[in-house]
Amino acid sequence: MAGIEVTALHKRYPDGTVAVEHVDLSIGDGELFVMLGPSGCGKTTTLRAVAGLERQTTGDIRIGDTLVNDLPPAERDIAMVFQFYALYPHLRTRDNLAFPLRAEGLPKQEVLERVDEAARLMRLGPLLDRRPHRLSGGEQQRVALARALVRRPRAFLMDEPLTNLDAELRADMRTEIKHLQGELGTTMVYVTHDQVEAMSLGHRIAILNRGRVEQIGTPLEVYDRPASLFCAAFIGSPPMNLIEVEVADGRLRGQGGLVLTPPPGLPGDRRLVAGVRPEALEVTEPGAERSVPARVVSAEWLGDEMIYVVDHGGRRDVRVRMPPTVRFAADAPVGLRHTGGPPPVYDVSTEELVA
Amino acid sequence: MGTVAAHGLCKSFGKVQALDGVTLDVPDGSFFVVLGPSGAGKTTTLRAIAGLERLDAGSVRLDGRDATGDTPAARDLAMVFQSYALYPRHTAYENIASPLRARRCSSSEIAAAVERMSSLLHIERLLQRRPAQLSGGEMQRVALARALVRSPRAFLMDEPLTNLDLKLRVEMRTELTRIHRSLGGTFVYVTNDQVEALSMADRVAVLKEGKVQQVGTPAEVYERPANQWVAGFVGSPPISLLACHAEGDRLVGEEGWTLPRPRWTTAEDGRPLLLGLRAEDLSVERRGEASLPGELYGLEPLGDRTVVDVQVGTKILKVKARPTVTGTPGERLLVTVDLDRAHLFDAGTGLALSEAGR
Repeated sequence: MAGIEVTALHKRYPDGTVAVEHVDLSIGDGELFVMLGPSGCGKTTTLRAVAGLERQTTGDIRIGDTLVNDLPPAERDIAMVFQFYALYPHLRTRDNLAFPLRAEGLPKQEVLERVDEAARLMRLGPLLDRRPHRLSGGEQQRVALARALVRRPRAFLMDEPLTNLDAELRADMRTEIKHLQGELGTTMVYVTHDQVEAMSLGHRIAILNRGRVEQIGTPLEVYDRPASLFCAAFIGSPPMNLIEVEVADGRLRGQGGLVLTPPPGLPGDRRLVAGVRPEALEVTEPGAERSVPARVVSAEWLGDEMIYVVDHGGRRDVRVRMPPTVRFAADAPVGLRHTGGPPPVYDVSTEELVA
Repeated sequence: MGTVAAHGLCKSFGKVQALDGVTLDVPDGSFFVVLGPSGAGKTTTLRAIAGLERLDAGSVRLDGRDATGDTPAARDLAMVFQSYALYPRHTAYENIASPLRARRCSSSEIAAAVERMSSLLHIERLLQRRPAQLSGGEMQRVALARALVRSPRAFLMDEPLTNLDLKLRVEMRTELTRIHRSLGGTFVYVTNDQVEALSMADRVAVLKEGKVQQVGTPAEVYERPANQWVAGFVGSPPISLLACHAEGDRLVGEEGWTLPRPRWTTAEDGRPLLLGLRAEDLSVERRGEASLPGELYGLEPLGDRTVVDVQVGTKILKVKARPTVTGTPGERLLVTVDLDRAHLFDAGTGLALSEAGR
């Protein structure tokens, strides 16, 4: 096992396209590290450079204490996982798990121990003697995951391995990947464009945009204090409400009069935008204390919560997350108030966090 | 008027039975969502209603009149697809006007209709642009305006938001419900996304393998799922299902746990059951009368909440918790269960047990 250091990585293709502008990453030994970003942000190129499948233009990559810039993929002792491949249909679960280990020439006793361990960690005991056609879709995926992870490389690199699964299976597999990574303790770098996947899986997340790292932090850090307007818009669904604000007499006031708790150290001389999470707002009866007038555009019931879209301060898209039991009808006049702590505030021109 | 009724639709492609007796009643003016995974028969149902698919059996009635043999044009329905399919050389205005030109409307009628649609969809400023000068979201709005510019009997929509990114999908969900309210027409909307179904629909029909599993309001489908499969398909994270049976005043789990038997169930002792528990009806933070012992399996922070995975026997329960909840994998904990909100299904048939006593 080993940590991974990426220093000043830059990748330009012969046609002049810059896939990675500048990326620095310091991934800890045993960490589950997620690279998140839209397509074209450079996350897959960075991962492929770590794997040795892509040669960087400049910059260094270290795995453990070894500088691997000039090592071919096979000598880096890492495993790249693109997807969890189909199981061998004629083999029982036990032999599907053992297959990659036998192929590596591991002694018989060790193969048995690893298979037993995988079965225990992934709750596959009752399935060990079944062939794939007697497993459900979810069970097959669990076996395929266990098979990919029974090897013990220094690190696993995963490039959107769950993309082709339906939503329910994807949620299950996230749980299993995180659990198994924790039990095995092997460093994992996981690439995705899906912010839910990134949040639920990662110990830390790097958000990439246009070949640069915009933010690195724990899931709650990137959710609570996005480092830039790009991150603010990318993390969370529905996303943060970005509300233009003014500072006056130490108070923070949004367009339309919404009063927000001001963070300390606000600059007063610039155009500012506050990032207000839907759950930091509340829809009230009209005229309730500290509320400002608003009107319900739509009420979107999601089973365990209600998302209100309200018209306030000249915009029709302020989103508020409420318990599913609170009911206001569309077009109803309501109040809107801020209930959370100080929101992150951004400079409109630099798009960066200022307080 | 715009009622759409499908009765006993059957259609097979070779050996695959795509529709196996699909019956739907879409009330006039409703936002009716057909929800199911891929391969459920949603698109085939929509195409059958539109007259684009020959049926093996069954009938389609529009406004109460049998339209099974009618051509697509005679049915007077408008179809909206996943792809925008705008004319690339025409302006947004001309694209929106095209269905009216095809029907030889006067230019003053066309101008009025395009103006009304562009203001409804907030694309007034884009009318003179060509598709290449529009973003994906703007193209989607123009395509919607073109589909909605006529006043057909009903609008049929086949996953129109699928190709949009998450942020735009969230926006367009709101827009579609608002547009539906303003226009007042009948929408039949096909999707595999349960969030779209719950948030937009007046009524939802849940389809699986060519059969209707349940029809109801979003709240009925979510809070009173007709069977185990619907319970698992609707809701995120998915409902947790545990094998058990009743024994006197207890529910006894296959994994060794026991819970008080919910007052509302009349299941006889020993019958194999599945107990369905939604994440928000479970808690590791509250104490209550009914609880299950388990081990922490993992934490999935989502920002506004954290899903706590708890292993009970060989099963994983998904439990909703505050975003800041902490814990170490392997640590023992108790999951408090709100039995008044639990669901019971027959383990053999998968059907929900009567909740008449609830």
